[in-house]
Amino acid sequence: MLNPTIVRLTAHGLLGGRRLLVLGSLSLLIVALAVLLQVFAGVNEADAADFLQGVSFGTLLPLFGLIIGTGVIGSEIDDGSIVYVLAKPVSRAVIVRSKLAVAVVAMVLFAVVPTILAALIMAGNTPGLAMAFGAGAVVAGIVYSVIFLLLAIVTRHAVIFGLVYALGWESLVGSFVPGARELSVQQWALSIIDAVETDGFVTAHVDLGVAIVLSVVVIGLFTWLAGRRLAAMTLSTEE
Amino acid sequence: MPEQPDHEPVQPEPGAGPAAGSAPDGATGSAAPSGVIHDIGYRGYNGPRLGRGAIARALFVHNLRGMYGLGRSGRSKVLPFGLFAVMCMPALIMAAIAVVLAQQGLMSQLPVPYSRYAVILQAVTAIFLAAQAPQVVSLDLRYKTIPLYLSRPLERVDYAVAKAGAVATGVFILLATPLVVLYVGALIAEFPVGEHTADFVLALLGAALFALVLSGVSVLIASLTPRRGFGIAAIVTVLALSTAVVSALQGIVGHAEGNMTAAGWIGLFSPFTLVDGVQVWAFGASSSAAAGPPGNGGGAVFALVTLAVIAGSFALLVRRYEKVAT
Repeated sequence: MLNPTIVRLTAHGLLGGRRLLVLGSLSLLIVALAVLLQVFAGVNEADAADFLQGVSFGTLLPLFGLIIGTGVIGSEIDDGSIVYVLAKPVSRAVIVRSKLAVAVVAMVLFAVVPTILAALIMAGNTPGLAMAFGAGAVVAGIVYSVIFLLLAIVTRHAVIFGLVYALGWESLVGSFVPGARELSVQQWALSIIDAVETDGFVTAHVDLGVAIVLSVVVIGLFTWLAGRRLAAMTLSTEE
Repeated sequence: MPEQPDHEPVQPEPGAGPAAGSAPDGATGSAAPSGVIHDIGYRGYNGPRLGRGAIARALFVHNLRGMYGLGRSGRSKVLPFGLFAVMCMPALIMAAIAVVLAQQGLMSQLPVPYSRYAVILQAVTAIFLAAQAPQVVSLDLRYKTIPLYLSRPLERVDYAVAKAGAVATGVFILLATPLVVLYVGALIAEFPVGEHTADFVLALLGAALFALVLSGVSVLIASLTPRRGFGIAAIVTVLALSTAVVSALQGIVGHAEGNMTAAGWIGLFSPFTLVDGVQVWAFGASSSAAAGPPGNGGGAVFALVTLAVIAGSFALLVRRYEKVAT
């Protein structure tokens, strides 16, 4: 299923050096803001839900998905060292799954756990809210990892395309255009949150069934596609 | 790398070069060499030599062109010009609507004030900076070409000025062009000229402040990593996350808790709301944030912080280039 060596190398490449510090400090920032809000403003559950929806689901999860999802393979493709991985007798699908596993674990550590912590800090009396946001964040984290991993394999300009997608589609189109919401990862996550928590702090615009089916389809299909693309990859130098 | 303005002349130095000691006909080389083997009759360059300023200017122009993909492959023009079009399109549409409706006497003002345009379309500016600022600085770091520039009469400060200036100018062009479109539309629609000229000029000043603050922060972040992808992600994370955090906090503190003063102060922590606050205080613009700067003293603090961010990011950039690639 997974190749431990590739997992180890990927984790080292993703979190080695200053990156661990940068990602870690950003996730701490969310927790620190939650503490500050709780201490100085005394927020209620609805405020907490608004804050997490805007900051965590609107910005943190897509951006971390972009950094981590492209980071697990993009830099190796960029500097050409992917050749040494591809030259080994390891199935390309296994390579993709190994890298995806690292990305998902990193997303959980740096984006999902801070979200849950922030929810617990701000709305500790209703642990259901934290659980709901955690469930939504896990789903969004996995889907974003898969999307951006595939993007990094398909194009060398994955970060830029991913950026236009994350800021343009998820933040603007997904928030305003009703039809586009069906295809927005953020809305799928909100739909799952809405289903788990029962107090109605979050209103979903997408059916729970649609959200689950689309999430599963994207995860499965894009993982398979990433393996296919990696198997058919031509090594070339552009620009 | 920019085109060098002139070619290095072959200047024979006495006793130097491989030819001096290894002449095959057994010449001792003790006599002062009047010619060397490299001199094959080309005329040397005796004209004026352009100095430090000209090199810095060439570097600036080259990087400014590079911001918009000019002089690069067709593929690298797509994104900057696409974003430029996205930035100008709403202004064009609004100007057209204003002209048509003004003729029928249905409209006497532009739909959006000049000073708010940059804030409303801030996502476009953020993507532009994230994509183009690392392109300007990261390649020289990655391929270690900075010593080649410094082997010319170009100081490290000049290099930093040229790079940061090019990004700031590129962003200013992106922000100012739609304002010009709106202004021309307002003139054609025969809105009051004096009032619109004043608003337009103040908005241009605001655009310059936006350009300086945003490019200062972005170039500094980009100069810290030779990896372009990481630079892009870092810049957009700082710009987008600060905006999201600030607007969420302002919403909670200002509207839910009703503390508009505290909500105003929170605006200090994101580049867009920071400069927007300066516009509100100094130019009398209407605030685009949930809460503007608190009172006159607050506005002055916003202006001071803006200046400090511009100066500080530039000083840090110069310091960074004093250490890099020695």
